Amino acid sequence: MEILAAVLGFLGGVLAGLFGVGGGILFVPTLVLVLGLGQVHAEATSLLAILPAVVAGAWRQQRYGNVDWRAALLLGLGSIAGVAGGVELAKALPEDVLRRLFAVFMLAVAASLAWRAMRMKPAYPRADDSA
Amino acid sequence: MKRPSRQSRLGLLDGVASDASVLRLLAIGLVAGVFSALFGVGGGIIIVPLLVALVGFDGRRATGTSLAAIGITAGAGAVAYGLHGDLKLGSAALIGLPAAVGAIAGVALQQRLQTRTLTIGFSLILAAVGIRLLV
Repeated sequence: MEILAAVLGFLGGVLAGLFGVGGGILFVPTLVLVLGLGQVHAEATSLLAILPAVVAGAWRQQRYGNVDWRAALLLGLGSIAGVAGGVELAKALPEDVLRRLFAVFMLAVAASLAWRAMRMKPAYPRADDSA
Repeated sequence: MKRPSRQSRLGLLDGVASDASVLRLLAIGLVAGVFSALFGVGGGIIIVPLLVALVGFDGRRATGTSLAAIGITAGAGAVAYGLHGDLKLGSAALIGLPAAVGAIAGVALQQRLQTRTLTIGFSLILAAVGIRLLV
């Protein structure tokens, strides 16, 4: 189970680097379904596990000139108030309700990514994609 | 479109620093912070599209900036949950350290790959796991 969790952690990191999302959204179910944590412990632990991945990812992205540090700082500062509220909300909800809310959030993210993919250009132009 | 200030605010989208863009960035961060802490995610799924739509970033710049912002957001979330005693340090290391290696690989892949098929595959995996958690 530990090896499976580490492999899923690696894959979550790859997806985080690829899409700018996918770290936490895979870490939480991995922690719940593979390592058997409760929903709140899984979410808390996921946030800590995200840190090495985003530090590594941001460092690499900076080499491509893709990081606006001033904007990142403002986003981060704005998020702190939101985080405080979000933690209290998560702690106040019953864990099975929180797990189902998380599942709905996952489905919304899946739909959003699918929508993004449909709008991407395919690798090779095809006649039926001309519209 | 009726108010004159709307035009000037739209004009600021491609500009550098401005009060309007500062407020937008803080507001995007606030919303992302709630989702991040409530669901234990970074909030990139919120930040990236809003940076593109409201601040005029292109996709790669939004992704890179989002990663840097998530460092602050997730750090704040980890501290807040840690104060409640909810962190499992061993599990965090077990997942987080391989994820750092994976993120470096993922960024390199992003520069090279046509990610359309991968994105569709990823969304199917998320949908399957989401349904598993729902039932």
